[in-house]
Amino acid sequence: MNAAVKPPQHHVERARTMPLADIDVSDVTLYQQEALAPYFERLRREAPVHWCRDSLYGGYWSITRFHDIVAIDTNHKQFSSDHTNGSFVLDDTTLNAVDGGISLPNFLGMDPPVHDLHRMAVSPIVAPANLLRFESLIRSRTKELFDSLPTGSTFNWVEQVSIPLTTMMLATLLDFPFEDRARLTRWSDIVTTRPGYGLVDSWEQRTAELMECLAYFQNLWDQRQKLPPKADLISMLAHSPAMQGLTPTDFIGMLVLLIVGGNDTTRSSMSGSAMAAHLYPAEFAKAKADPALLASVVPEVIRWQTPISHMRRTAIEDVEFRGQAIRKGDKVVMWYLSGNRDEEVIERPHDFIADRPNARRHLSFGFGIHRCLGNRLAELQIRVLWEEMLRRYATIEVVGEPLRVPSNLIHGYLDIQTRLHA
Amino acid sequence: MPKITYITSTGVEHVVDADSGVSAMQAAVSHRVPGIDGDCGGVAACGTCHVWVDQNWLDRIGPARPGIESEMLALTDGASPFSRLACQIELADLHEGLVLRMPTDQH
Repeated sequence: MNAAVKPPQHHVERARTMPLADIDVSDVTLYQQEALAPYFERLRREAPVHWCRDSLYGGYWSITRFHDIVAIDTNHKQFSSDHTNGSFVLDDTTLNAVDGGISLPNFLGMDPPVHDLHRMAVSPIVAPANLLRFESLIRSRTKELFDSLPTGSTFNWVEQVSIPLTTMMLATLLDFPFEDRARLTRWSDIVTTRPGYGLVDSWEQRTAELMECLAYFQNLWDQRQKLPPKADLISMLAHSPAMQGLTPTDFIGMLVLLIVGGNDTTRSSMSGSAMAAHLYPAEFAKAKADPALLASVVPEVIRWQTPISHMRRTAIEDVEFRGQAIRKGDKVVMWYLSGNRDEEVIERPHDFIADRPNARRHLSFGFGIHRCLGNRLAELQIRVLWEEMLRRYATIEVVGEPLRVPSNLIHGYLDIQTRLHA
Repeated sequence: MPKITYITSTGVEHVVDADSGVSAMQAAVSHRVPGIDGDCGGVAACGTCHVWVDQNWLDRIGPARPGIESEMLALTDGASPFSRLACQIELADLHEGLVLRMPTDQH
């Protein structure tokens, strides 16, 4: 019997009855309760381009339908990602020097032509030849990790599966000292948080830890620059002609993009994999019986989880969009989490379906020039994870309620108590 | 019903009888030609239907269009002046015999 995640009943009622204008889908508490579905459903139906007058982040537009999100995502000439116009996340403090945050400029927060130069400087790391090179390493690490998991007793899947696997991968991409790799996880978490959500107590603490990150990597950069070029991200940056003028601010900005992009995202899809296996045992059994289904299981779990809830753009001129007057300077939020549940495009969108036709057609990687650079590596990691899950276990059981990340950006988990059944 | 030949990076040829009016991406996906993904559904927004077109065919179908097709190709590994996104090639009878070469992997 398959059972979708049910949002709390009082939120279903509230979403149905509250004035449309008062809906604020950026409210972090909704994410902690996985209560977004009824709000997004109402916005898609009644106000697919919706203005929220007031939130913790000021006023913002919500784009909630699949096709509208594609339209905004591919229109970077009117809807800018550039850090000089705003940010690519709703919360300005995450990447800009406002209200306690610090400036972390990077190519996801740039428009062409500089965007293209910076992106191309790092994109070879995920080229097909490198992915082939990584596959056996990913497989041996994943096997070894599963060998060490307890059967019969419960453990936290996030801490024991999602975090170790993604952190090891990131350490390999950066050729980061392996014994220090837990620091990567910490830095990754700190970038996307603000004081009061359990990770840092003050803006000063966040800044100080990010400066430690910068100093650590500055040292690695200096070492790699003196050595012949090799295939890790730091060496590639240190030897790239396009990157020679990089200021310390630009460098830390680039690093946080690579660290968060290569870490929090796949971590959440791995966590979502355990949730999907638990909530949809019949689908898990279907995939176990026919491993060819991995071709659809992998994109399906990435859609179903949607590890990044939103990306934001800033209108750089007045635009009329679907009858709404978006003004120059307005924040425009593309809710991938909603677009990936758009019943006009995706059948039974709330369900995880192992053999979903057209499973690759989802918004989790974004579309247009800012599309996820590491999407093939992410799929490779998730595929190998599922190969091992399917080979080893009859069912994967989640015990009790999972604990979710308090964030409207990172759609993931802190704690999933899991029991494996061989 | 133009006949389209898709050639993989290892030289394997897949010949498809395509319907007129569909794109070269759709024709490949619906005939399960490996090597064309088409993740965005055909709006030149993902770059996962990259193909190379020989000079004589390029003269007939034209190079990548300015705007999103060219912008996506500018970020695509191995793209050249002979590159197109297959979803932006709408097939008609005049494409009989079109040959499209595919990269090792779409990403």
